Amino acid sequence: MILPGFPDAQPLEGLVGGLLIGLAAAIMLLGAGRIAGVSGLLARATGIADSGPPWIMALNFVIGLVLGGLAYALVFGPVAASYPPSLPLLAAAGLLVGFGTRLGSGCTSGHGVCGMARLSRRSISATLAFMVSGIVTVAVVNALGGGW
Amino acid sequence: MKQLLALIAGVVFGIGLTVSGMTDPARVRGFLDLFGNWDPTLAFVMGGALIVMVVAWLVQPRMVRPLVDTSWHLPGTRHLDGKLLGGAALFGVGWGLGGLCPGPAIASLGTAPMSVAVFVIAMIAGMSLHRLVADRL
Repeated sequence: MILPGFPDAQPLEGLVGGLLIGLAAAIMLLGAGRIAGVSGLLARATGIADSGPPWIMALNFVIGLVLGGLAYALVFGPVAASYPPSLPLLAAAGLLVGFGTRLGSGCTSGHGVCGMARLSRRSISATLAFMVSGIVTVAVVNALGGGW
Repeated sequence: MKQLLALIAGVVFGIGLTVSGMTDPARVRGFLDLFGNWDPTLAFVMGGALIVMVVAWLVQPRMVRPLVDTSWHLPGTRHLDGKLLGGAALFGVGWGLGGLCPGPAIASLGTAPMSVAVFVIAMIAGMSLHRLVADRL
């Protein structure tokens, strides 16, 4: 499906994938009574965070995440993905994402999906903050000629 | 039961991220490139996820307890502070630089080139760094 004005967009795939992400988050919420926040679950699975779900449960979720991506690729073939060309840039990005999501208590899943759907003032504010900051970052990188 | 449920939720989450195209950093970067060649796909992903979760949050108060646990474990913090907004802003910078956030990065680990491993190791290092300095923040 093509979105008028945006030939590269994949609205249908996006919507279907989004519904599945919502379903996964709903399974965690109504099944286990927990927020499916990936940064928090990763921190717990790696032993960095002391609070949160039992360690083994967080680890299971993280392993499931890897298996889900792998299963899709095995069934439907390789998925298109273009990464930034610079490894130091990726490392810097990873450091900022890791530090920032812990300081800000969540990422796109915990704040952006679970918290926003709950109309949490904290999550709506955090989501606005990381969206604006991401948009400004991309604009600045482009202006400096560092786009990829 | 809780373990199986977490594993299933992770698998469904990982498939959803992959189907939606969110494991392609260039597509995520395209969403953040609002003043350039904007790609609205991520808005559809978030919209789809929000539809389901809004319903889940409407069901949740009507349940006495979660299906496989004895009580709810939900965040109760309500106030906005500098840590929340500063942390989110830092996360956004990293998100914009690499086109990756935690979910898609982990969901790509099984299929991905070296790039994702570098990002994930750095992300875990960033989380550890936060733990080291958290008391002083």
